[in-house]
Amino acid sequence: MSAVGLAVGDGVVLAKRNLTRTLRVPDLMMSSLIMPIMSTLLFAYIFGSAIQVPGVSYTEFLLVGVFVQTVVFNSVITGSGLAEDIQKGIVDRFRSLPISPYSVLIGRTISDLANNVLSIVVMVATGLLVGWRIDSSVGEAAAGFVLLLLFAYALSWVLAVVGLSVRAPEVVTNASFMIIMPLCFIANTYVSPEGFPAVLRVIAEWNPVSAVTQAVRELFGNTNPDFPPGAAWPLQNSILASFLWIVVMLVVFMPFATSRYRKAVAR
Amino acid sequence: MMTAAIVAREVVKKYASVTALDGFDLEVAEGTVMGLLGPNGAGKTTAVRVFATLIQPDSGHVEVAGIDVVANPRAVREVIGLSGQYAAVDELLTGYENLELIGRLYHLGKKGAKARAEELLEQFDLTESAGRRLKEYSGGMRRRLDLAGALVRKPKVLILDEPTTGLDIRSREATWEAIGELVASGSTLLLTTQYLEEADRLAHRIAVIDHGKLIANGTADELKDQVGGHRLEVALRDAADLDHARAVLAPIGHGEPVATQEDRRVVVPIAAAGGVLVEGVRRLDMAGIEVIDASVRRPTLDDVFLALTGHRTDKAAQNGEGVKAEETKNEEPVR
Ligand SMILES: Nc1ncnc2c1ncn2[C@@H]1O[C@H](COP(=O)(O)OP(=O)(O)OP(=O)(O)O)[C@@H](O)[C@H]1O
Ligand SMILES: [Mg+2]
Repeated sequence: MSAVGLAVGDGVVLAKRNLTRTLRVPDLMMSSLIMPIMSTLLFAYIFGSAIQVPGVSYTEFLLVGVFVQTVVFNSVITGSGLAEDIQKGIVDRFRSLPISPYSVLIGRTISDLANNVLSIVVMVATGLLVGWRIDSSVGEAAAGFVLLLLFAYALSWVLAVVGLSVRAPEVVTNASFMIIMPLCFIANTYVSPEGFPAVLRVIAEWNPVSAVTQAVRELFGNTNPDFPPGAAWPLQNSILASFLWIVVMLVVFMPFATSRYRKAVAR
Repeated sequence: MMTAAIVAREVVKKYASVTALDGFDLEVAEGTVMGLLGPNGAGKTTAVRVFATLIQPDSGHVEVAGIDVVANPRAVREVIGLSGQYAAVDELLTGYENLELIGRLYHLGKKGAKARAEELLEQFDLTESAGRRLKEYSGGMRRRLDLAGALVRKPKVLILDEPTTGLDIRSREATWEAIGELVASGSTLLLTTQYLEEADRLAHRIAVIDHGKLIANGTADELKDQVGGHRLEVALRDAADLDHARAVLAPIGHGEPVATQEDRRVVVPIAAAGGVLVEGVRRLDMAGIEVIDASVRRPTLDDVFLALTGHRTDKAAQNGEGVKAEETKNEEPVR
């Protein structure tokens, strides 16, 4: 078997194990299934109705923000899952087996991708129930989902680095939130960054989350004239900018996570 | 000529502040059982982790089944089975799922992994608990499942780090039997243990490690002969008398008397058995030290250990019944 085939084959076996675990831990179930449903409902009913914009639906605009926020939050599991497996010695057991050295990371990121698919499915279902619609072609809609998942996948590798650097599972979640909170909220997820103070506005405009959110809104036909994307290049060319961000994240963080993993396990 | 299943030469492994292995040498002949003994912190687990390719030595040379562990860890992993000091099992998976997962990662295929998992569950008396998650297992059941995990691929070289720590007597017997069968089928076994009885019973040869160095190596009898002579052993009523007793017994000894606080005993190496027992007890009596037990005997592995490392094994200090505090859970919670 080729090295890549082996890494993916072992990775898939490990991903199945990770998913089985997720389904058996109430906390993880909460964060990947219940939380997305709750966020969708809360944002649709509380904020969507609080801000009444005649003629256009703020709910449609908001829900893409909820989707992006959810996949960003889900990426925390990548880091905490890795840290926990290392701490409990499970990774040592795996490493004593003739598996590819990359398969633990590949397995973890694949299972987190599957986890995101699950979250997105329940959010889409909930969204449709509360009146959210995709106003674009099937092809564009599909591209929107693919973009969302690719971004989530790339982000998993970033949070893998956090988990492998911090190592103590209890601390990983906190450290991760220090990264993903600004990423999620200094962005166009729920409001237009136009109104932010100067520095925050620049950060928001160049935040990969903003590019992805804007791109998905465009691909779903969920843009809102009352919330213009802003003139910055990544927002005007959001699809291209999103892909660039995804490529950069993967190119930088896949090898980074791999080297961190080697260090973390060889103690 | 016998070939060696494990060869370690001049192995050094340093951690930030300690040298865990300090020029460690070991040779384990193919098809034999080697018991690796040593006090806490001696470097047993570190050696095991180097042999199992989990960590790389700073210097030195290690071959397992003729394969260099640093140059070709993948090939080593194909032929070893490892059960580490602490059970590395997945709490959220069932016993069956744990073993099946390992089979899949050994690339036995779906069917092969399933069949092997069922076989091992049967062998380790876990069939009834096969469908329960590991977090519902007792410490001993967990340990057994972890051990079964090391046997999934019928390894050429089996490496077990304290495999029976925390097991009750029945499970220990069952484990010894399973290990015996595997060795009978031609596998080599390296086993670290704190139970001298276990080393005496299972191991063809015993290696003693202390401060990261090999300090003795031979069969149990060879090691006992190496220490030589007899032992006068007295147990005192009051631990406060230990130092006094050592001083009183020193003149009749052949070497330094050694006291152990935990069981209030003093052991004195003596040249010949004749008359020493009576003489020793009389001296203690005259000194006003109350003796509750006294005997003269041949050296045990424990004496070997004591003579070589300067202290007794933890287990012996707890009268051979000791198990680690966190692992004293009862076997089989439901019955
Ligand atoms: N990851 C590590 N980082 C730092 N020091 C370590 C590490 N692992 C082991 N050591 C140190 O190396 C020495 C040898 O430890 P090792 O675990 O090999 O001993 P051991 O013989 O297995 O002891 P025990 O009987 O308690 O299991 C000890 O001093 C220990 O503190
Ligand atoms: Mg140890």
